Amino acid sequence: MIVAERKNVPELIDIIKEHKNILVLGCGTCVTVCLAGGEREVSIISSALRIASKVRGLDLKVEELTIERQCDNIFIEQAADAINRNDAVLSLGCGAGVQAIAERYANKPVYAGLNTKFLGILEEHGIWTEKCAACGACVLHEYGGICPVTRCAKHLLNGPCGGSREDRCEVRPDRACAWQLIYQRLKNIGQLERLKKIELPKDWNASLSGGPRVIIREDHRI
Amino acid sequence: MNLKEFEPKIVAFCCHYCAYAAADLAGSMRLQYPANIRIIRTPCTGRLEIEYFLKALENGADGVIVAGCEEGSCHFKEGNLAARRRVNYTGELLAESGLEKERVRMVNVSAANARRLVDAINEMVENVRRLGPNPLKEKTPMKQEICP
Repeated sequence: MIVAERKNVPELIDIIKEHKNILVLGCGTCVTVCLAGGEREVSIISSALRIASKVRGLDLKVEELTIERQCDNIFIEQAADAINRNDAVLSLGCGAGVQAIAERYANKPVYAGLNTKFLGILEEHGIWTEKCAACGACVLHEYGGICPVTRCAKHLLNGPCGGSREDRCEVRPDRACAWQLIYQRLKNIGQLERLKKIELPKDWNASLSGGPRVIIREDHRI
Repeated sequence: MNLKEFEPKIVAFCCHYCAYAAADLAGSMRLQYPANIRIIRTPCTGRLEIEYFLKALENGADGVIVAGCEEGSCHFKEGNLAARRRVNYTGELLAESGLEKERVRMVNVSAANARRLVDAINEMVENVRRLGPNPLKEKTPMKQEICP
């Protein structure tokens, strides 16, 4: 899922201070699961904004709404009335959600209330970790299901770098060395042979480096 | 507002299994605690959400005290530990928003320790009196159902 984190209150106030009526719009999908932009976070951030605006003497009115998905027309339509009656939207969706709303409301300022961080999973209560860099050309099959592009700090496809201490990364000692994990995993599944292969340089055109990506499925187009 | 006249209104979320019983015991023991406190009984402090503390302050309470079981003694095992984390987070959020984080506080009290609850309440009332009235109150009339 997409993992995001809220911006701090002073930054949010700075973003929205010129408006009087703000819609804080949550998203019921990824950012709900990562506790950043769901119904509950909308309520908490709205309360904080009301408190902060009163303390600063701003006359801010905050409306709250959460829709199922901000990146989907069907659900965006459900927010139409609320978006229209407010001066601006503070979206607690991911970057895709913010842009989806902004593209559909040409004359309405739409701001991001979250910092979208990464594609990851819930590791344990309150801890999310990055697992995928969306590089566009998956190599997980070569590495026992552990992604060196994302989880090795040096993105080495032919690792390890030799700098790890025990099983810790030398760049971030609080993180596991991805190559230690890859070795262990390939050993466990009897595929250590894979490490003998020299991986050629990756074609980064499939990643964001090749520009914004588009997928077209002709079989699904109408 | 003259600070001498300022009587803070404090919402106290009290766990049914400890602090609420301690408040009851305080009555039986004739231990006095200030009338600034408005007690709300909760099944466990772990049931309390950050929104509740924020809403209380947003609607004009001068402070919020959360009284749960002593650590290790929660009736639901870890509800009081969850409550403490939420109270801490609320404090950080208040500080970001421009309110003093001391306006929300967590205490741990056993059902048998009425004295400790009374002391915690007295301390909270004095702390909030020092902080002064909730600045939001002057700009928004208090909601009657929360702080009559």
